[in-house]
Amino acid sequence: MWGFLGGQAMFPAAFDYLAPTTLGEALDILAERGDDAKVMAGGQSLIPLLKLRFAQPALVLDIGRLPKLNVVSRHDGRLIIGALVRHVDVERDRTLADNAPIMAEAAHWIADPLVRNRGTLVGSVCHADPAGDWGAVMLALNAELVAKSKAGERVIAAAEFFKDPFTTALKPNEIVTEIRIPIPPGQAGGAYNKLERKVGDFATVAVAVQVEMNGRKVTRAGIGLTSVGPTNIKATEAEKALAGQELTDETIREAARLAASAADPKDDIRGSAAYKKDVVRVFVQRGLHTALGRAQEKRT
Amino acid sequence: MKVTMRVNGGERTGDVEPRVLLADFLRTNLALTGTHIGCDTTSCGACTVLLDGEPVKSCTLLAVQVDGRDITTVEGLAQGGALSPVQVGFHEEHGLQCGFCTPGMMLVGTALLEQNPDPTEEQIRWAISGNICRCTGYMNIVKAIQHAANVKQAAASAPSPAAVAAGGGE
Amino acid sequence: MSATMHMHGGIGESIKRKEDARFLRGKGNYIDDLTLPSMLHMAILRSPHAHARIKSVDTSAAGSMPGVIAVVTGELMAQHKLAWMPTLSYDTQAVLATDKVRFQGQEVAAVIAETKYQAEDARDAIVVDYEILPAVTSPEGAKAAGAPLIRDEKEGQKDNHIYHWESGDKAKTQAAFANAAKVVRLHTFYPRCHPAPLETCGCVADVNPATGKATIYMTSQAPHAIRTVFALVTGLPEQNIRVISPDIGGGFGNKVPVYPGYVVATAASLLIGRPVKWIEDRSENLISTGFARDYHMTGDLAVDANGKMTALRVHLDSDNGAFFSDAQPSKFKAGLFHIVTGSYDIPTAHITADGYYTNKAPGGVAYRCSFRVTEASYLIERLVTNAALELGLDQAEFRMNNFVKPEQFPYTSATGWIYDSGDYPKAMNVALEKLGYDELRKDVEARRKKGEVTGIGIASFTEVVGAGHGADFDILGLRMFDSAELRVHPTGKALLRMGTKSQGQGHETTFAQIVAEELGIPASDVAVEEGDTDTAPYGLGTYASRSTPVAGAATAMVSRKLRDKARMIAAHLLEAADEDLEWERGKFYVKGSPDRAKTIQEIAFAAYTNLPEGMEAGLEGVHYYDPPNMTYPFGTYAVVVDVDKGTGQVKVRRMVAVDDCGVRINPMIVEGQIHGGLTEGFGIAFMELITFDSEGNCIGSNFMDYLLPTAWETPKFEIGETVTPSPHHPLGAKGVGESATVGSPAAYVNAVIDALSPYGITNIDMPVTSDKVWAALRSKGVTE
Repeated sequence: MWGFLGGQAMFPAAFDYLAPTTLGEALDILAERGDDAKVMAGGQSLIPLLKLRFAQPALVLDIGRLPKLNVVSRHDGRLIIGALVRHVDVERDRTLADNAPIMAEAAHWIADPLVRNRGTLVGSVCHADPAGDWGAVMLALNAELVAKSKAGERVIAAAEFFKDPFTTALKPNEIVTEIRIPIPPGQAGGAYNKLERKVGDFATVAVAVQVEMNGRKVTRAGIGLTSVGPTNIKATEAEKALAGQELTDETIREAARLAASAADPKDDIRGSAAYKKDVVRVFVQRGLHTALGRAQEKRT
Repeated sequence: MKVTMRVNGGERTGDVEPRVLLADFLRTNLALTGTHIGCDTTSCGACTVLLDGEPVKSCTLLAVQVDGRDITTVEGLAQGGALSPVQVGFHEEHGLQCGFCTPGMMLVGTALLEQNPDPTEEQIRWAISGNICRCTGYMNIVKAIQHAANVKQAAASAPSPAAVAAGGGE
Repeated sequence: MSATMHMHGGIGESIKRKEDARFLRGKGNYIDDLTLPSMLHMAILRSPHAHARIKSVDTSAAGSMPGVIAVVTGELMAQHKLAWMPTLSYDTQAVLATDKVRFQGQEVAAVIAETKYQAEDARDAIVVDYEILPAVTSPEGAKAAGAPLIRDEKEGQKDNHIYHWESGDKAKTQAAFANAAKVVRLHTFYPRCHPAPLETCGCVADVNPATGKATIYMTSQAPHAIRTVFALVTGLPEQNIRVISPDIGGGFGNKVPVYPGYVVATAASLLIGRPVKWIEDRSENLISTGFARDYHMTGDLAVDANGKMTALRVHLDSDNGAFFSDAQPSKFKAGLFHIVTGSYDIPTAHITADGYYTNKAPGGVAYRCSFRVTEASYLIERLVTNAALELGLDQAEFRMNNFVKPEQFPYTSATGWIYDSGDYPKAMNVALEKLGYDELRKDVEARRKKGEVTGIGIASFTEVVGAGHGADFDILGLRMFDSAELRVHPTGKALLRMGTKSQGQGHETTFAQIVAEELGIPASDVAVEEGDTDTAPYGLGTYASRSTPVAGAATAMVSRKLRDKARMIAAHLLEAADEDLEWERGKFYVKGSPDRAKTIQEIAFAAYTNLPEGMEAGLEGVHYYDPPNMTYPFGTYAVVVDVDKGTGQVKVRRMVAVDDCGVRINPMIVEGQIHGGLTEGFGIAFMELITFDSEGNCIGSNFMDYLLPTAWETPKFEIGETVTPSPHHPLGAKGVGESATVGSPAAYVNAVIDALSPYGITNIDMPVTSDKVWAALRSKGVTE
């Protein structure tokens, strides 16, 4: 994945560093130098790239000192996750545990415990690594990102956010200040299944599944895929196939088949494309069974 | 840039380029060489320090990022002459061999016991899963942290905390 | 003060480690912790190509960058006749490339600068013009007609073949195969892996311009041998070279060879007149320093109608990389691979081996292994399990029926090894009992009926460690003895120095315990020093599980020498005859009068104050020990696995390890060694891999790709022991550092193959990754 690093570098090339303490200040800086800048929250994706000199920005804009962004809250039927909320915060947060338990499940499998103490959910989503876990979860949960610039604010749906590997809909002068997740009405359940070779590895394949139920029927299904394409993938056909259906072995199998065909993985050291597609199928099946169980549990 | 941080209880300052990693700052500027470097990819945890009490990888932090914050390195574990319960545990249970991963492992164990005074084996294994050891096979590291948990609990229920100072070291 | 402090610390006591004190406080002294006044930093530029001709190296921009003192190229090294160096296998290796680069990651140039940041900045500014050549990445490719000639600079080298080597009796083996009732074949590839100690390699070279003395602080498992090699390479007089190995953060074989970085840093220090530090980064360590294995093996096992093994035939192709630099005894081109008959009484065997150059890193070190015994053990143990499965026999029973029997020792194997001692059935029985084998077998059958994929694997390995005896085992002619020098101070405290070098094995404790046992001075009163060639006696170093078998024996022998002298002093003090004294650990007393006694401390004081007439003062000595034979540790490992049919993931449910390493000096340390070895064996079996694409790009050059197990993946181990003392080692000890890495990979893989055997799957090469297991199951129509 990282390829040949031999003797490339251990230490970053030189850069300017600014750590503003107000959002206005940060947006001013980006308005001026956004094209040459990298925004850093926890730095757990960026600093490794700086050390290897894969990234050599002229400016690192550290938003770690901006106020009020390290908060999870609930507002207007949505969960709000600030830009400085770390993976470990997601793991432990009661509001998230009560309203979107898949979040804690996914957080638990991100990188390793030490990285989770520094890395942020929003930073990870903005890094847009197709092997990133949060992208798939955000797609499954129909999350929205709030991007701010000097010009104002816009809201981007997760489904519109991921453009290419490490490339998003974000403009160089924008900062994502929060992510919003709609709280499902009624019964809902989710599951995050991840195949990793060891703790700290990126996923070989991971699948986020979320179902919202009305009685026995699915009102909305969300399926997000990790590491099986140039970006995190939303398995739209599979989601549609489940809407309005009861979750039976048959409908689950069909959704799994559709999700697998939405996957577009490549052969690599982690396995063949055929392998990864099949694991998508297996994980969608397992995930839907688990999610169904959790949705029903919630009812009782 | 000028940076100031509390390290092992004392205020330390330095003048560094923004690109200087915290691990390097601690080792080179402050001569705290107990913080080790084992990889370039945030994989091994040899460089673990506590940042405001939480374990983090100091090779993946810039020194300037922690300006104004609190750092504990392995050199800060022993209080006075006495080893901390986790250090005692590592000695008594043979939780170290070459010693290179040991500072990181002990700092993770220390933070874990602050949060969870009586962790299960699974919880310990999960907590140290960001740190690689090539020598011990982890069996005795798990025991070392359990040992420390017992020492701490015994000390908490004993009339005098002096018991903690017993055992361990040469 | 721990309880340990009040223990004597003799043999068999699990005293706590003396070396812990500094490591627990973060006060170890590793190479990168060393800072000398006016020290410079070196960064090495490496080839991005596996095979390319160097057209030009332009250092002009780099040389004028801030902080840069010098840029060293192959051309500059060549001016000092240092562009090439000899390897430990009588080949040559480029220090800095002059003509071609022959593997990705090869050293091309080096920058010496005031800070490491500046050194890296300037390295990025060196411009090298390459003409890319086709790359060879396997023995098969190396043999192919029209394959590019890798070592075109070597006179007389017309192809990529390095050596052909044979062992055993070809005719007798052929005849046995002709009469075999059954022949079972296994073709398997033991892939390239890497010791990957957590501390990388590095050095600080400090050549004093006034005296010419070169002091080289270096992560070396074998400092004395390195000093001699350095003297031969550089032409510096050996007394002007001092190699100091400080604390070492794990070695596992990786820190045995001489690497180009050491030579360049030393040359740079010599030229500049200031100390030069070079510390590898992780990717440099993985792509350029001593790898292990890379053996393509085909084994045939002949079995008669009664299930008795009658013959073994093996051919192997060895992928040695661009330079043949295996660190191994010079007489054996494939190391000790011919121990391949293992624990079995196989009447005849024949082994052929061929080595090939490829465009891959050189090395061929023994990763926690005694010179290729790991490959041998893996092949025979995999082959035996496959034979049992194919013959419909129980894996354990088939082994039992073919073991060398306890009464056959000393046993001469078909390839000429003389096994010193062993009791294989006993170790097997302890393992099976611990595992609850019979019940588990039934449980496996029951689970399989429910559709679960589960299995049990066994491996009963025999190791061969503790090289040498010097007549047969040498490295570049240096006989593989080892040494111990013991000084007892007037107050009865002692200093022990050895030619070995601990990398975490706990020598400061274990060897003090030998003195405690043999001379009666408490272990806590014995300081142990290794690693400084100016102070320690000459020895070949620590690898191949040789410290306890060789230097440990030397320590026992020198202690006994001193005890003999102590007896004479005691006789003088007690006014008795030498032969009237009895030794009890720590004192001599007059036979029949236990109260007429002198302690070793009293005797030591007398050695400096009140000697018998005519006796030389002092109580010190040195012993060079050349072992009469190797030692042969053994054991049985058993593993239970569960396989996820949907993902192919393998979960190790249980791992039982029964080791017999003879007498255990410090059982706590011995168990720690076994835990570590079982974990590295687990890593090798399931995740550790260095591989290459068709262009020779290295995959596995960092810890994101070269996977090391964490506490989360690593199984919990259940340890057992038997004790069969070595008859020729003065203490009966055999060495244990590597048994678990040697024996365990086959046990893990055998368990997976046993689990998959109901589907007709007979082999998956290591690392047994989930995608390979999935593909094997899929090929048989098995799916979730």
